[in-house]
Amino acid sequence: MKRYTIDPITRLEGHGKIEIFTNDEGDVENVYFQVPELRGFEKFVEGRAVEELPQIVTKICGVCPGCHHMASGKALDGVFGVEPTLTAKMIRELFYMAHFVHSHIAHFYALGAPDFVVGPTAPAAERNVLGVIAKVGKEIGTEVIKQRRIAQEIQALIGGHQTHVMMNVPGGVRKGLKEEERKDIVEKAKGFVEFSKFSLQLFEDVVLKNPAYVDVILNGPYSLKIHSMGLVDENNKVNFYDGKVRVVNVDGKELFKYSNTEYREYIEERVEPWTYLKFPYLKKVGWKGFTEGNDSGVYQATPLSRLNAADGMATPLAHEAYEKMYSTLGGKPVHNTLAMHWARLVELLYSSERALELASIPEICGTDLRNKMYQTPKEGVGIVEAQRGTLTHHYMTDEKGIVVKANLIVGTTNNNAPITMSIKKAAQGLIKKGVTVDDGILNMVEMAFRAYDPCFSCATHSLPGNMPLEVIIRDNEGNVKQQFKRK
Amino acid sequence: MANESKPKLKMAVYWGAACGGCCVSVLDVHEALFTVTEHADLVFWPIALDTKYKDVEAMPDGHIDLTLFNGAVRNSENEHIAHLLRKKSKIMVAYGSCSHMGGIPGLANFSNKEDLLRRVYDECESTSNPDKVRPQEHYQVKEGTLEIPHFYKDVMTLDQIIDVDYYLPGCPPQTERLVEVFLAIVQNKPLPPKGSVIGTTGLAQCEECTRKKSDNRSVKKIFRPWEIDDDGETCFMDQGVICMGPATVGGCGVRCVKGNAPCRGCYGPLPEVTDMGAKIMSTVGTMIDIEDEAEIEKVISNIVDPAGTFYRFSLPSAKIRRKIK
Repeated sequence: MKRYTIDPITRLEGHGKIEIFTNDEGDVENVYFQVPELRGFEKFVEGRAVEELPQIVTKICGVCPGCHHMASGKALDGVFGVEPTLTAKMIRELFYMAHFVHSHIAHFYALGAPDFVVGPTAPAAERNVLGVIAKVGKEIGTEVIKQRRIAQEIQALIGGHQTHVMMNVPGGVRKGLKEEERKDIVEKAKGFVEFSKFSLQLFEDVVLKNPAYVDVILNGPYSLKIHSMGLVDENNKVNFYDGKVRVVNVDGKELFKYSNTEYREYIEERVEPWTYLKFPYLKKVGWKGFTEGNDSGVYQATPLSRLNAADGMATPLAHEAYEKMYSTLGGKPVHNTLAMHWARLVELLYSSERALELASIPEICGTDLRNKMYQTPKEGVGIVEAQRGTLTHHYMTDEKGIVVKANLIVGTTNNNAPITMSIKKAAQGLIKKGVTVDDGILNMVEMAFRAYDPCFSCATHSLPGNMPLEVIIRDNEGNVKQQFKRK
Repeated sequence: MANESKPKLKMAVYWGAACGGCCVSVLDVHEALFTVTEHADLVFWPIALDTKYKDVEAMPDGHIDLTLFNGAVRNSENEHIAHLLRKKSKIMVAYGSCSHMGGIPGLANFSNKEDLLRRVYDECESTSNPDKVRPQEHYQVKEGTLEIPHFYKDVMTLDQIIDVDYYLPGCPPQTERLVEVFLAIVQNKPLPPKGSVIGTTGLAQCEECTRKKSDNRSVKKIFRPWEIDDDGETCFMDQGVICMGPATVGGCGVRCVKGNAPCRGCYGPLPEVTDMGAKIMSTVGTMIDIEDEAEIEKVISNIVDPAGTFYRFSLPSAKIRRKIK
């Protein structure tokens, strides 16, 4: 038995650790993906005034604070028994589209693209966003930084702060949009649409026109046949801000569709003794272990699963891109983990088009910012799609609106089991008897989870994206036999 | 261009129990990043660079000129790296509310470790854990022993663990403040006395706030933010809404109030004030325009979750530290 310890893995939002065990022949027997941190928001929001929660829960993640703020705002609407006004809904969604644009740009160019644009086994020192810029040119690199920045500026304008936003109140928002601000956002959103189209073209030129990459996507050790989850609107089109959660099985057949208040009937979480992060699974199927197939309770909540779970995109250009992706990859649903990068770009285009749609509605500058028909506070569930998966916030309060209990199922948590399984499959496919474990092999193990854009790495969005690995091979007594470090 | 005769500053950024927002605030220097990299080499930054703990261990003591440590100290790994970085760094800065005062994760000190673990792993509405499984620091699987860090009973500030030279507050710190402090260091400007809070105005938030304030507040009732129709122009305190602005040092640009939300004190106390909660309570006392003591108490009792509001970001650094049992 040999043990490969990957610790610490850096360029993560927080800390992660991978343990790979091989048998005496050198084949992988088992893999553990461990999350060594816990802060316990579920407990310490108890006793707080519920209207403070949208501002407190942003501190769960400084990279996707807008998602927590949005799920929390919607839970707050439920607690006070109010529907937000039409204007407030539009303002919230416009903010949210800018949040997606910023995040998806950053993940694709800084984390995903280095593996494709520069190459999965390129020298590690070049496999980062600077390497991407070197390859595609400084002009494009500057454009990437500019578009992300503009998206952040829109977030700051609407949300009150570019990081920890504070716009949501029960039934609405704190601040309206001025006409000149709206017009300015229209122009910016047009820029997003063009940039998204460019990004899809870049993906086509660099990845899809390279048979080796297409082979890796389709035939590499990166496929996982599990159920797909995603929020959909009334036409079963992808939606990030509102709708019902739809789950389709391995064959793409709808298993169920649930609304926010019903989540407990559909999702359950399991605790394992070797990690601080829980493992959600489909309650109606049950936990059957880390297994694939229709009998397994494991599901994924990612850009790819959102597209799998929907019947299409609600905007025209994104829908075209959606159709193209499925026709190229052999129809729905797609289970190739690396196709998540493509799906993310389809979503980037959708967010851009949707931002343009919303900003083009003059009524978004309305003054009906808040529905104040508050009921006695009680209970509310808010569900949105975070960039990294379906996000659920559930609050229960006393009649004064003081939080008694809170439950959170966070985007990446949904993907805890799939990430573990994807790493294992990649390791099994790549680390074998007679194979020399080198930098390229290790990067290809990494690519298995990088596709998920996991939230423990979401803080890495805007920076060079190769993760250093250190592998220590020990004998059965734990003595170091061999050490390999990739910088 | 870098001055050849002057060696570049060696800089590290690290996180403990944090959300990543502080690291994003460093990234948000945008173009100034080029100024930073012109004057400094980042030698350790897990969010961005490949440097390992082992590489840091191999550095000579005092090798790093400046370390920005964000995040609170929540587990054994946070503490271990804090000690390591202290040894390797000439200047240690507690960066952001969590390392400065405990921050939002510090609210966990209102509870205790067992209650927190029970809630998360046993009781959460969607969790099914009939066997009461808990994450174990050392856990034997058939292939070997797996390890995760020790989860402490308290959240601690950085200076409760190591010697801190400066504090740069905020959740997250305003990026412009970081750039100012950074430039002061690279330009060899005289540094403030050890232990100083830097990157602030030294004055209350109210000094910068553009909302209209009355000279004599006469509040007869305390409201929650959603109970009033905020006009966007009048001081929150004058409208009867608790705002931490009077007890909080400036530096953020009054960003929350500009977004029509009352301040919650992430920048920390005013100079010479050690306990934010005590300070804001005295302010609240002076704004209430009622003679009768019983009536005053009634009004005060309208403040919901006073401890969680007054110590929103500062509980681990406050006098009232934690639930004992």
